[in-house]
Amino acid sequence: MSRMRTWLKTFLLIELLRGMAVTIRQFFAPKVTLNYPEEKAPQSPRFRGLHALRRYPNGQERCIACKMCEAVCPAQAITIDSDVSEDGTRRTTRYDIDLFKCIYCGFCEEACPVDAIVETRIHEYHFENRGENVMTKEKLLAVGDRYEAMIAADKSADAPYR
Amino acid sequence: MEGLINAWEGLPEMWQGLLITTASVIAVMMGVILSVAFTTLAERKVIGYMQLRRGPNRITLFGIPVLHGLAQPFADVIKLLLKEVLIPAQADRTLFLLAPLIVLVPALTAWAVIPFSPEFVLADINAGLLFILALTSLGVYGVILAGWAANSKYAFLGAMRSAAQMVAYELSMGFAIVGVLMAAGSLNLGDIVRAQQGGALSWYWFWLFPLFIVYFIAGVAETNRAPFDVAEGESEIVAGFHVEYSGAPFATLFALPEYANMILIAALASVMFLGGWLSPFEGYLPAGWWITEPSFFWLFAKIGFFIFIYLWIRATFPRYRYDQIMRLGWKVLIPVTLVWLFVEGIMVWLKVGPWSS
Amino acid sequence: MFTGLLFYVFSAVLVAAAIGVITSRNPVHSVLLLVLCFFNSALLWLLIEAEFLAIVLVLVYVGAVMVLFLFVVMMLDINVVRMREGFTRYAPLGLLVALIVVAELFYVLWVREAGLPGMDSPVPLPEGYSNTEAVGAVLYTDYVYPFQLAAIVLLVAMVAAIALTMRRRAGLKTQDVSRQVAVRREDRVRLVKIEAERE
Repeated sequence: MSRMRTWLKTFLLIELLRGMAVTIRQFFAPKVTLNYPEEKAPQSPRFRGLHALRRYPNGQERCIACKMCEAVCPAQAITIDSDVSEDGTRRTTRYDIDLFKCIYCGFCEEACPVDAIVETRIHEYHFENRGENVMTKEKLLAVGDRYEAMIAADKSADAPYR
Repeated sequence: MEGLINAWEGLPEMWQGLLITTASVIAVMMGVILSVAFTTLAERKVIGYMQLRRGPNRITLFGIPVLHGLAQPFADVIKLLLKEVLIPAQADRTLFLLAPLIVLVPALTAWAVIPFSPEFVLADINAGLLFILALTSLGVYGVILAGWAANSKYAFLGAMRSAAQMVAYELSMGFAIVGVLMAAGSLNLGDIVRAQQGGALSWYWFWLFPLFIVYFIAGVAETNRAPFDVAEGESEIVAGFHVEYSGAPFATLFALPEYANMILIAALASVMFLGGWLSPFEGYLPAGWWITEPSFFWLFAKIGFFIFIYLWIRATFPRYRYDQIMRLGWKVLIPVTLVWLFVEGIMVWLKVGPWSS
Repeated sequence: MFTGLLFYVFSAVLVAAAIGVITSRNPVHSVLLLVLCFFNSALLWLLIEAEFLAIVLVLVYVGAVMVLFLFVVMMLDINVVRMREGFTRYAPLGLLVALIVVAELFYVLWVREAGLPGMDSPVPLPEGYSNTEAVGAVLYTDYVYPFQLAAIVLLVAMVAAIALTMRRRAGLKTQDVSRQVAVRREDRVRLVKIEAERE
């Protein structure tokens, strides 16, 4: 009897038809895809994207060349040279992040005692020439200057949890 | 215009016939190729929708803001044709480049005998059904050669699988066609359609239902479509017989014939089991209205229906294992067709169903 | 006139392909040229309006038999040098056979010259004449017993071939798909209620 039932089930393609019923239901279900450039998924303020170097409100660089980030970087993507600047403070002369090496772990940001290096929520960037993958100090500062408002907002949003 | 008509009438009759034939052949070919293009789009859209995605929705036709993604196939074709044609070292150059054509030619030639409407068929030959069977059995050469000539083990494995599968399923397909032949008493596709006159229930799918299902399953297997696409089997043998192909040969080897064959199987299924150009409402609704008249529209709608089922199946089922495919072909489908042919013989003998008159 | 031209074109291709079959070094090329041969003979049959035979030739020989041939030939690893070793040894025999065939051809041609009726070009068939029906009608009436007998012989041959190659080796771990498919949950899974352990 049960063999008969299995046999009938096989030949009437019951299970296959049931599977097809599932897919046809999904066919008419509302679609969940985001139309990416026009619509975007919500991002966390902790998002770790492109790096930036920040400044104090008076325009002074935050970075004091302590090289904590260089030491902690697991991918050894950061290279720092330092010197004494004109006003007698310790400053970097070179601050390079190789984005090909970087794994976007966020340790540099965690290690930084003065909140100078941060990872922003920018993730749509590209390179067109060889060598552009190395973010120099100027480029990092430029990113920081341009998105300071966004960075500050993200940091303050995350502050209660740190 | 006047001058053109005069020039036309001035031509000898043989030339007129030749020109008309050439024009209709080109029209059918263009129709098939365009359908292929939009079938690829339909496939991506339908499967996308079944997976809760949207499918291609970027490229519009002439910037018309509706129907986003409608021009996607053209973008794909341009991309494929502009790509570099790579020929592997150690490959058999001639056969490697010949194989795509061997697949393509039968896939397009078979359309010659499909009756599109009561008046229009390219070649109204008596052995139309046999012609189609013979041509579809030729496509396998291109696949085998593509696999062999590329001198790659993955391509070779894909070719082997494809050949064995096609030979196995050709048999059940042939048997299913024999059933139709017994019912219609003719090998001419136009006559087969005419024999099904009289509304949706007098089409052959009703009396030959098992054969109809077997034919469609065998058709899916014959075109190497999911869930019978072990010849491609991305997860095991990369892409099967067409791993080494790129650019234009890839387009002509893989995309065009595969979809052209799909549409052909759909067209044949509609002609043999769903009454081709006949209207389903014939005899149920008052005559004289376009909806009960036989026309090309009905064939088109039926082909679309089968194509949708093709895509629906692909979106639903996982790929068969190779030995399961062989078992299904030899041990299930062929016995089913044989049994139903026997039943049909009894029906003919007792004069029931379509044989009552 | 046009058909005549087609005849010569197809025959030329046929002969060229046939020569190619025996001269080609690569067995796969040979098989393909043989396919071309079959194809051209089918076209020649079409020219004399034997469309059923033509299509069946393509369907059976090209579509099925040659595919299997190709299948086997592709798997072979043929060593050309070793194949050549026997050439000189068998050359005399080959020459003899060739001579006999040529002599027979000459004989046939000579006999025909001597007044044997040659085949005329076929008369055009009447409209609506179906080759397929004609073949079928003869096959299932006059020749029904030979036809059935041939079918039985083929069936026996097929069964014999399968019986020869079917070997059940002991300890072979193949999957039985039918049994796999027929398995139900009750056969494999047993739900047991286990009391929680208490100390």
